[in-house]
Amino acid sequence: MSEPALEMRQVGKTHGQGAQRVDALIAVDLTVAPGELVAVTGRSGSGKTTLLNMAGALDEPTTGTITVDGQRLGEMSRTELARLRRLSVGYVFQQFNLLPALTAVENVTLPLELDGMNLAEARRLGEIALAEVGLDGMADRFPDQLSGGEQQRVAIARGLVGPRRLLLADEPTGALDETTSDNILRIIRQRCDAGAAALLVTHEPAYAAWADRVVRLRDGRVESISERPPVESLVETGP
Amino acid sequence: MGVKEGLLALLAAGPSHGYQLKLDLEAATADGNAVNVGQVYTTLQRLERDELVTVQRADDEGRVIYELTEAGRESLGEWMRRPTDLAAAGRDEVSLKVLLALATGSADPREVIATQRGAAMGLLQDYTRLRSEMDPEDIAWQLRLERMVLSVEAELRWLDRAEDRLGDVKSKKATSVRSEAAKASSRQ
Repeated sequence: MSEPALEMRQVGKTHGQGAQRVDALIAVDLTVAPGELVAVTGRSGSGKTTLLNMAGALDEPTTGTITVDGQRLGEMSRTELARLRRLSVGYVFQQFNLLPALTAVENVTLPLELDGMNLAEARRLGEIALAEVGLDGMADRFPDQLSGGEQQRVAIARGLVGPRRLLLADEPTGALDETTSDNILRIIRQRCDAGAAALLVTHEPAYAAWADRVVRLRDGRVESISERPPVESLVETGP
Repeated sequence: MGVKEGLLALLAAGPSHGYQLKLDLEAATADGNAVNVGQVYTTLQRLERDELVTVQRADDEGRVIYELTEAGRESLGEWMRRPTDLAAAGRDEVSLKVLLALATGSADPREVIATQRGAAMGLLQDYTRLRSEMDPEDIAWQLRLERMVLSVEAELRWLDRAEDRLGDVKSKKATSVRSEAAKASSRQ
């Protein structure tokens, strides 16, 4: 098997000290291979989001190591981390955090432009990503000209734009209706079938079920609850 | 499943023979294992005995053609209009295992829950994959799959809730069964 897209080893996260000490995560081992979609479930406050933030270099573990695309996060410079966050990792989070002064497509392509991609190419990729989430023709609207659900989809397109190798999604379909949610999960699934890796945090069993593997966080520990062979191996075992 | 009602409903659409009825029942319910041929014939015989269907004739190929009687039509209508009794819910095997484990200590209810959750999630993953490959024109299969998805989701929710309820309850001693039983009988 190729190098894991994400590898967490003995990752722990502790908040507070002394009597206030809380172990949010304890000795978590989690590996996501390219092509694999892994869902993380668990009750509110079980540490799902903390886990995802650390995988995306948005938060640092108290103990253990995290490796993304063969690079150990704890050993990377700020510049290297910033580049990783802009290009290799796609974030699809609950908060939209769209910049109000930028159009939908500008919001989507900002990370590509920051990295020096020429505007025409960035725009082309941005329009593809917007079309994928069902927002074709809305590229030049500003966030305040979009509904809440549309803004969320712009944020999702921003997470998917360009060749992301690792997608991190935190309850990505929060405010969306069932059909749109299904489409978003279908897109994430397709990206994985095409070789990306994804970690999806959700409390919805129906969304977790899109994954190849479902793990559950309980009392800060990860337990595997169900694993299904990736689509390719299903095809290969056919008659 | 209701082979009787299935056959009555199909015959309401017109006379037919046993093997065709089996195929039509499978198609209507999007279930290739809905019924076997033997069940179809024994059920048809019972329906004939009860005068809900009549043997109309043998067709060119010597197959026996069945036709719905007026009594059959009434029986079908009565079944369709009557709401299905859902009160049996909660007496399924999963509930029983969890409740018995909790009451008797014969197994750790949390382990029963965890095992069942894994199985249910695996099933939901399979259904989800089937759903993503579903032919949007195939309404029967779509509805059946949706139904299966929702019942597995309900099971997963119940398992989560059961686990929450167990919370800090340490494995209950078998001795508590007697007092619970006494409470239950005094309630009746």
